[in-house]
Amino acid sequence: MLTNFNQQLYNRRRRANAQGLILSMVAMGLGLAVLLWILFVLLSNGLAALDWNMFTKDTPAPGSEGGGLRNAIVGSLMMVGLSVLVSTPVGILAGIYLTEYGDQSKTAELTRFVTDIMLSAPSIVLGLFVYAIAVATVGNFSGYAGSLALSLIAIPVVMRTTENMLRLVPSSLREAAFALGAPRWKVSTMVTLRAAKSGVITGLLLAVARISGETAPLLFTALNNQFFSTDMGKPMANLPVVIFQFAMSPYDNWIRLAWGGALLITMAVLVLNILARVFFREKISA
Amino acid sequence: MVSVAKRQRLQDFFFHRLTQTFSLLVLIALTGIIASLFFNAWPVFKKFGLHFIWYVEWDIINEEFGAAIAIVGTIASAGIAMLIAVPLAFGIAVFLTETCPVWLRRSLGTSIELLAAVPSIIYGMFGLFVFAPIFADYLQVPLQKVLGGMPLVGFLFGGATNGMGILAAGIILAFMVLPFIAAVMRDVFEVTPPILRESAYGLGCTTWEVVRKVVLPYTQKGVIGGVMLGLGRALGETMAVTFVIGNANRMPTSLFSPGTSIASTLANEFGEADDFHIAALFALGFLLFVITFVVLAMAKILVLQTEKAKGV
Repeated sequence: MLTNFNQQLYNRRRRANAQGLILSMVAMGLGLAVLLWILFVLLSNGLAALDWNMFTKDTPAPGSEGGGLRNAIVGSLMMVGLSVLVSTPVGILAGIYLTEYGDQSKTAELTRFVTDIMLSAPSIVLGLFVYAIAVATVGNFSGYAGSLALSLIAIPVVMRTTENMLRLVPSSLREAAFALGAPRWKVSTMVTLRAAKSGVITGLLLAVARISGETAPLLFTALNNQFFSTDMGKPMANLPVVIFQFAMSPYDNWIRLAWGGALLITMAVLVLNILARVFFREKISA
Repeated sequence: MVSVAKRQRLQDFFFHRLTQTFSLLVLIALTGIIASLFFNAWPVFKKFGLHFIWYVEWDIINEEFGAAIAIVGTIASAGIAMLIAVPLAFGIAVFLTETCPVWLRRSLGTSIELLAAVPSIIYGMFGLFVFAPIFADYLQVPLQKVLGGMPLVGFLFGGATNGMGILAAGIILAFMVLPFIAAVMRDVFEVTPPILRESAYGLGCTTWEVVRKVVLPYTQKGVIGGVMLGLGRALGETMAVTFVIGNANRMPTSLFSPGTSIASTLANEFGEADDFHIAALFALGFLLFVITFVVLAMAKILVLQTEKAKGV
């Protein structure tokens, strides 16, 4: 009787185990299947749209044939580039402060906490904020405002990765430099930062990847521009907003271009992410 | 010698202040965001007061604005997304930490992380062009046939079956936040000390029992934190939602009916809005920021607590 009961219990537990593990495998399979499906759709539609004109012609007028994404690609590159130029020094120096100076202080704790929240804050609200301070006050949409909105997203990313990477630098390295009489700023910039270089570059790459796909913050800051323009004081075309506008339109040609642009952005983002990983791995093995 | 020391001290002082200023920028930005949103939304808050939050009206022509429709759309789509994404993410995390063969772990883990990096506009386009038509034909129509006539729940499946709506937006959102949640869950599962896990196995526990009764209780807070992180993302997501939610300023009456979320209202209307309408949109943005801030702050605190537990 008892052995029978034990056997039953054992069987029940084994069944529960099998069920749970099979369900977890199904979850993994389903998740991967959907995500691969998305990538497949992107690749097949995007590759069909990809041609040389995409890089040499500007966005076409509604309903017309041909055209490309040159102005949007250039605009995106300029805005992302400028915001990298801004957010790199700011993010790295702020990261240095959090590790080297404000290690335990209450302000540093609070800054860290707020930075982490800003990492996932809704980007459209950051766009609203930049609209309020840099578009409404000036009176026109501009590439600068777009860059500012992107920087607000990039800075927390750079800051937190820099901080985490600096933390990995052994303190004996710092102490050795201090013992040689090096001032603190030299220790921070020339010893610890240099030791954490590849990690910091990882952070930068991730930040670039993050902002190059952001659409929402550009909607009310850079807006869009149908024509080729390198004047950042004016509204500026950019890939994400063009994709958004074109994909929502009823024109087949626009939708085709939207897929092409979507493929370009995704590839850029994935390549940046993979590069970041490669950099980081080199550091680990070094 | 003295002058060198003096100069270095001065340089140090400036370097200290410089880095400090930059790190304080984040706090300044946060207060700036809250202040500027509130300031720009003030005309609306002054006119409608707190009533704005549950006022079911979004009438641009008569300038009658309430946030209720957008809030319901936001919470419903994010809620549906969580219902779908959390069990899936849990399954993925369990698979990656327990059952997956070691040689596959890293590549599968990396691919999940890479998928978290895919821009949300891609999910939106996928939703609009590929998912919505399939969803309409193979899910909405059969569901409506089977469940539409049922008492009590029937109304949930009423309405047009064009593939757009709250449920479609929720499903697309679910797949967008899935990689985030799965990655956090996997990370916190890995925090469980091997000794606890091995002791449980030593007592004869099955893998499932180890997960349910050892790993999950141990990492509870971190798991909830990961879920709330995903929720924060889902609430504030613009692009993945805007493409498929249908963008209608009506109170949704069923899972299939088109609605709108705070973020998609902003994305759709801001470009053509004028004074008071803009203020109303700022008021929506302010509410969204406050909601996500609270959710993300709670998530952060819970994740921090698990990480602290690891340190002990």
